[in-house]
Amino acid sequence: MVHWTAEEKQLITGVWGRVNVEECGAEALARLLIVYPWTQRFFDNFGNLSSPTAIIGNPKVRAHGKKVLTSFGEAVKNLDNLKGTYSKLSELHCEKLHVDPENFRLLGDILVVVLAAHFGKDFTPACQATWQKLVGLVAHALARKYH
Amino acid sequence: MVLSAADKSNVKTVFGKIGGHADEYGAEALERMFITYPQTKTYFPHFDLGKGSAQVKGHGKKVAGALVEAANHIDDLAGALSKLSDLHAQKLRVDPVNFKLLGQCFLVVVAAHNPSVLTPEVHASLDKFLCAVGTVLTAKYR
Repeated sequence: MVHWTAEEKQLITGVWGRVNVEECGAEALARLLIVYPWTQRFFDNFGNLSSPTAIIGNPKVRAHGKKVLTSFGEAVKNLDNLKGTYSKLSELHCEKLHVDPENFRLLGDILVVVLAAHFGKDFTPACQATWQKLVGLVAHALARKYH
Repeated sequence: MVLSAADKSNVKTVFGKIGGHADEYGAEALERMFITYPQTKTYFPHFDLGKGSAQVKGHGKKVAGALVEAANHIDDLAGALSKLSDLHAQKLRVDPVNFKLLGQCFLVVVAAHNPSVLTPEVHASLDKFLCAVGTVLTAKYR
């Protein structure tokens, strides 16, 4: 059973309230594909991923980034039930999408860096710790139904 | 994993921008690491890890100094870090997984202080560099 302190919940909702989900999602996914290029293996049908510029400008990357981060918003709304929230998505990522859960951890780390770049000094160590905890738990919830 | 000419150039750009703040960044990266990944504190039972600790500042300076040195000798990381590599293998024996954790925190510090320098390409290069440094430091472990 995950435990969140009141401070952690504040740090999560406070940051999330100031995030532009579309922009942040697009940026996070683009950086994932650029920083860890092997993650491109899941996106053969996305068209041009041949350079950082191509990836950043790719409309499918933007759209998918927005989709992924929107789903992350569900975690923020359901901090006390991440397992339930991601149960179906976990099955999907295992059975249909065949995504190694390590990729969820990579995306989580990238998201934290994007938030740091966006919030600067406001992304305090306590804030980072809370968000690393959250992305780790989301990754764990997404991996939970794997078989 | 190989650092391309572009990677090397990007890394030098980052450290150029960081300039005299390297020591601060080193300390902040450690602070963030201890808070975010508490298991890393197990390597420092002899340290005061409280906020503003002089020992953490001092150690951050050492870590930053090593990264700057590595960046300045980026064509021969193994050579530049050879003594540190020996130290980590023979004496410190920090589990390899922890270098990734410190690397993540260093990236976060750079992002928080210099978002404009951390373009996606530079982010990739810096991540690769930090990875390479970790690899060198653990290369003689067994």
